[in-house]
Amino acid sequence: MKIRVLLFAGLREKAGKAEIVLDLAEGSRVADLKAGLPVEEGSWRPLAFAVNQAYVTAETRLRDGDEVALIPPVAGG
Amino acid sequence: MTMVRLTGQAIDSGALHRELLEESGSLGGIVLFEGRVRDHSRGKAVTSLLYECYQPMALKVMEEIRQEALAKWKGVRIMAVHRYGPVPLGEAAVWIGVAAPHRDEAFQACRFTIGEIKGRVPIWKKEEYADGTRAWVHQGC
Repeated sequence: MKIRVLLFAGLREKAGKAEIVLDLAEGSRVADLKAGLPVEEGSWRPLAFAVNQAYVTAETRLRDGDEVALIPPVAGG
Repeated sequence: MTMVRLTGQAIDSGALHRELLEESGSLGGIVLFEGRVRDHSRGKAVTSLLYECYQPMALKVMEEIRQEALAKWKGVRIMAVHRYGPVPLGEAAVWIGVAAPHRDEAFQACRFTIGEIKGRVPIWKKEEYADGTRAWVHQGC
């Protein structure tokens, strides 16, 4: 299944792109994305996740066509 | 009227205040909070600042926060605006306006709204310093 992954801030800069598309096995969870990311794991912790613009946990199951955002610590205000 | 907004332009506090007044009828207390870009951060001189946001989700989370505040403090009106892109020193990065029947609710709802925005809305800030270095800043810094 195809999953669109959005990258922001320092993560986007490290990856050199704002968006990647991953082809994951059916039943994959958000945590399974990390293997497909173009940055090493140490550089993206701590991280929150959103699926289709709502915060989720790493255990959330993905569905074909989902938009996943990797959210580094936020700093609005 | 949209009560939560993201803008790439300068925040016009006077115009937003007038909009809030139009929404507020005879409510007795108004609290306005404006968060401005400081020229120092973590002991370094800041020369410029950039906000990046995940726009659709940022608006969604800002509206969630607003709804939570409306449920907690009955009868209040709330507007919240956050800027993105480069923001010059001294300009506002965020603006919150709350009108309420009494001052306590206005202060409390305003403090709640800015606190939750800082903690939950997917917005990131990059600072550039006088020594030429740059860094993405985390909440609480």
